[in-house]
Amino acid sequence: MIGTATVMLLLLNGNIAGISGILGRSIKLDFGDSAWRPAFLLGLVLAIPAYQLWQGAAPGYTLDANLPTLLVAGLLVGVGTRVGSGCTSGHGVCGISNLSPRSLTATLTFMASAALVVYVQRHTEGL
Amino acid sequence: MRSTLVGLSSGFIFGLGLVISGMTDPDRILAFLDVAGVWNPSLAFVMAAAIAVAAPAFAFARRRGKTLLGVQLSLPPRFVFTPSLILGSAAFGVGWGLSGFCPGPAVVALATGDYRIWLFVLALMAGWLFADAILNHLEKSGRPIPPVEVSK
Repeated sequence: MIGTATVMLLLLNGNIAGISGILGRSIKLDFGDSAWRPAFLLGLVLAIPAYQLWQGAAPGYTLDANLPTLLVAGLLVGVGTRVGSGCTSGHGVCGISNLSPRSLTATLTFMASAALVVYVQRHTEGL
Repeated sequence: MRSTLVGLSSGFIFGLGLVISGMTDPDRILAFLDVAGVWNPSLAFVMAAAIAVAAPAFAFARRRGKTLLGVQLSLPPRFVFTPSLILGSAAFGVGWGLSGFCPGPAVVALATGDYRIWLFVLALMAGWLFADAILNHLEKSGRPIPPVEVSK
């Protein structure tokens, strides 16, 4: 489904399904010539309600990080995806699908730093 | 209008894909990132499946240079490497590893109404806008971070 959505956006609109960029440009109110970005975000937000109607229950999740950690993490994700020009969708799915060495480099970098953080948190008693 | 509807449908299908495959659960993402623990490979399968579907379409789009509706399309650069690509991606990874959320699943999970996820996304937006302002300022003042284009 993620692949199908990406292909739709690419072949019908000529747009890249890079969610950090879609979110950033939307909150800058930088719509270009079309409102496709905020519309895409609306589509994302409708997914859980639709799943709930269909399955009768919302998907379960566990969020263990405390509030200060979440705020720092949010800032890092925001700054990092702007400076690094993409996230898991833009570099990881679209970029690798486009056989882009640039996006492959970015993807390997954020996967490595994320795995390192989880390793330090879970296996070194916080150092 | 048409491109807005395509955007809405694409976002909805993308979001459903994330929900059904469990990618909106930070616990599952952290279990993927925890390579030294009880590793959960689901994220790798989800990404691989998406890439298997999207790669032929990207190859087609690169060759054709236009959308199916005949509109010129420009794809992002593939061979431009900058220090900011690495530094930014590394910082993003730290935030991802601390929370278990990257931007897509976080936006989808806003619909849970969980205030912690709203605060996370607000911080994400603030960070993005802050970095955007700094990068635009550097560019305007003639000090952009130099790109390095590697020959194909």
